[in-house]
Amino acid sequence: MKIFLVVLAMFVTALISANAAALNLFACEPEWGALAQELGGDRLSIYVATNAMQDPHQVQARPSLLAQARRANLMVCSGAELEAAWLPVVLRQAGNAAIQPGRSGYFEAASYVQRLGVATLLNRAAGDIHASGNPHIQTDPRNIARIAAALAQRLAEVDPANAEFYQTRYRDFATRWEVAIARWEKQATPLRGVVVVAHHSYFVYLDNWLGLKTVAQLEPKPGVQPTSAHLAGVQELLQRQPARMILRAPYNSERPSEWLSERAKIPAVMLPGTVGGSDQAKDLFGLFDDTVQRLLAALK
Amino acid sequence: MFHYKLSVAALALFSGAVVAAEVAVGSDDQRLQMFEQRLERFENELSVKVPASSANAFNPAIALILSGLYTNLSQSPEGYRIGGFALPEDSETGPGSRGFSLGESELVISSNIDPYLFGNLALVLTPEGEMELEEGYIQTIALSHGLSVKAGRLFSGIGYLNVQHPHAWDFVDAPLAYQTLLGGQYGDDGVQLKWLAPTETFVEIGVEAMRGSGFPASERDKNGSGAAAFFAHFGGDVGISNSWRAGLSMLSSVAQGREVSDVDLVDAEVTNSFSGDSRLWVADFVWKYAPSGNAAYSNFKLQGEYLHRNESGELTYDVGGSDNTAAYDAKQSGWYLQGIYQFMPSWRVGLRGERLNVGTLEYGANSANMAAPGFNPSKQSVMVDYRPSEFSRIRLQFTQDKSRQDLTDNQAFLQYHVSLGAHGGHQF
Repeated sequence: MKIFLVVLAMFVTALISANAAALNLFACEPEWGALAQELGGDRLSIYVATNAMQDPHQVQARPSLLAQARRANLMVCSGAELEAAWLPVVLRQAGNAAIQPGRSGYFEAASYVQRLGVATLLNRAAGDIHASGNPHIQTDPRNIARIAAALAQRLAEVDPANAEFYQTRYRDFATRWEVAIARWEKQATPLRGVVVVAHHSYFVYLDNWLGLKTVAQLEPKPGVQPTSAHLAGVQELLQRQPARMILRAPYNSERPSEWLSERAKIPAVMLPGTVGGSDQAKDLFGLFDDTVQRLLAALK
Repeated sequence: MFHYKLSVAALALFSGAVVAAEVAVGSDDQRLQMFEQRLERFENELSVKVPASSANAFNPAIALILSGLYTNLSQSPEGYRIGGFALPEDSETGPGSRGFSLGESELVISSNIDPYLFGNLALVLTPEGEMELEEGYIQTIALSHGLSVKAGRLFSGIGYLNVQHPHAWDFVDAPLAYQTLLGGQYGDDGVQLKWLAPTETFVEIGVEAMRGSGFPASERDKNGSGAAAFFAHFGGDVGISNSWRAGLSMLSSVAQGREVSDVDLVDAEVTNSFSGDSRLWVADFVWKYAPSGNAAYSNFKLQGEYLHRNESGELTYDVGGSDNTAAYDAKQSGWYLQGIYQFMPSWRVGLRGERLNVGTLEYGANSANMAAPGFNPSKQSVMVDYRPSEFSRIRLQFTQDKSRQDLTDNQAFLQYHVSLGAHGGHQF
């Protein structure tokens, strides 16, 4: 009986302390964790569910995600079906009313940007396409700016006591971000109109921002692994329409792009894609600094 | 000369006006741009309440799973039974029929019902053209404090494999321990209450009250529930590359005249009837490894379960024949251990070993007719599967089945599974 009481007391203490902590923010992807860090600083306790090395389409609803979603006050996710494989399962099993879609505790970043690549023909014969458009919205910093405004507003809504704090930090971030965007755009002028090949349709928004032109993808269909027949086809295409480089995300295997790089004699470039995707991409600023630098280096 | 000067002045004046006009246009453009930006910001603010995606507009999500099988068996599956583990007549055990056969087609319809409930229906169409209701439940989504309630027909949360639909299995067939001690899979009509602890480590505790209409329970003419289950699951991550889950579950059920088909000491087929208590314990664990947590290229899964069942009560030997009732007590168990390795994208190999322990079977006064066979069934399987995409899979499996005494059945299966429509979630 005594042991039981001790265990119960420990349990209650754990419960109370869990509730008393800072606002628990569950970021589905590292870029949203980094953005929340910019806006919320130490007022937030941030859990990042996935890392840059993980294929975001292939994540499982592992036990730790359930445990963290149970504790979360705010979920910040890309949306546009990027997390379709695991997030619905997590939301349903978390026993947490606050984070259900439609509630203020559920923030879908893709809602706040103009999505590209919205499929007009919805047929799985076209591969793993997303009905609501390409979900890799974080590769354009102008999207980050829009999402930052919306997220600051949402943080204030979920945690009104710190509303002013979030707003101040947002204004500071937005100013620095505007300056940085101008800098990146200036640096990236030589990239305008540059023809590239991409492993997966990951950099659609980056293309749109910097004016890169993707002429081919290493995946025959989105989400389908590159085949040697398809790669040979891409190589042939490049003879007619030369490209300057081959882009891939950190979670893509380097083998297909290395194979093509050797034959087409153009550099294979790994872009960080998200925060943590490279040593330099420690935060959002580092992410785009590094992205632009890697692209420019490949152009030389 | 003067004329010339005048015309230069006029030209200068004119071009000046043009420049000025251009400046004016420029500032108008800027104003327009600013206006547009403001409008965009306003629109963004408006779109706050509009979700970007839902699986469909208002229709429920519909997923259809089709499967087919080719089976090659070295022994006839006729009269297949596992000695010492008697099961009801209609239970699905054994390797199935020889040759081509259509697997079960499954139709899953699910959706959020309102802000409070989620509904799910899983219909199974058997190759014979019969329709079975595998699952049909509602589940709360808006309870807080980690609580959720499920009601309707559902697969019990005991063990690891029990909640998974057959198309999610890594092998063609369920482990022997599930086939014999649970009659395949335990699903029933009832209510489940689950609580997720507010801890960083995953701790989930659940209780269930079930009708108790199917094996190991049996239909009875009483109010209340005929089966109750309790389960606790724990889990977490180790670094970014490993994650795990372990659990302990118990299913307690009451059988009243549960009829099973068995063979007696003179090898005659008899129907026996059991009334009493059945208590099943399950210990399960699963360990998953993927380099940097990226399961897309290679990953490994190790999974095992141990099931132990105690039954005590009365057994009526040869119902409709000698009808001899005597005390009955059984302690039986079984386990399986399997490893699945994805060595390159789309390709996986798997190995499964399993064994049943016939344990102690005490027939009391019926021991003149019934006895436990002195034989522990075992089975070894190896499989390789290929997934051209996330929505299709083809699998080849070889099995050496020693579940029947003095009989080794070498089995080969070729199976496909495809899923159409809504993308199901990736269960851990």
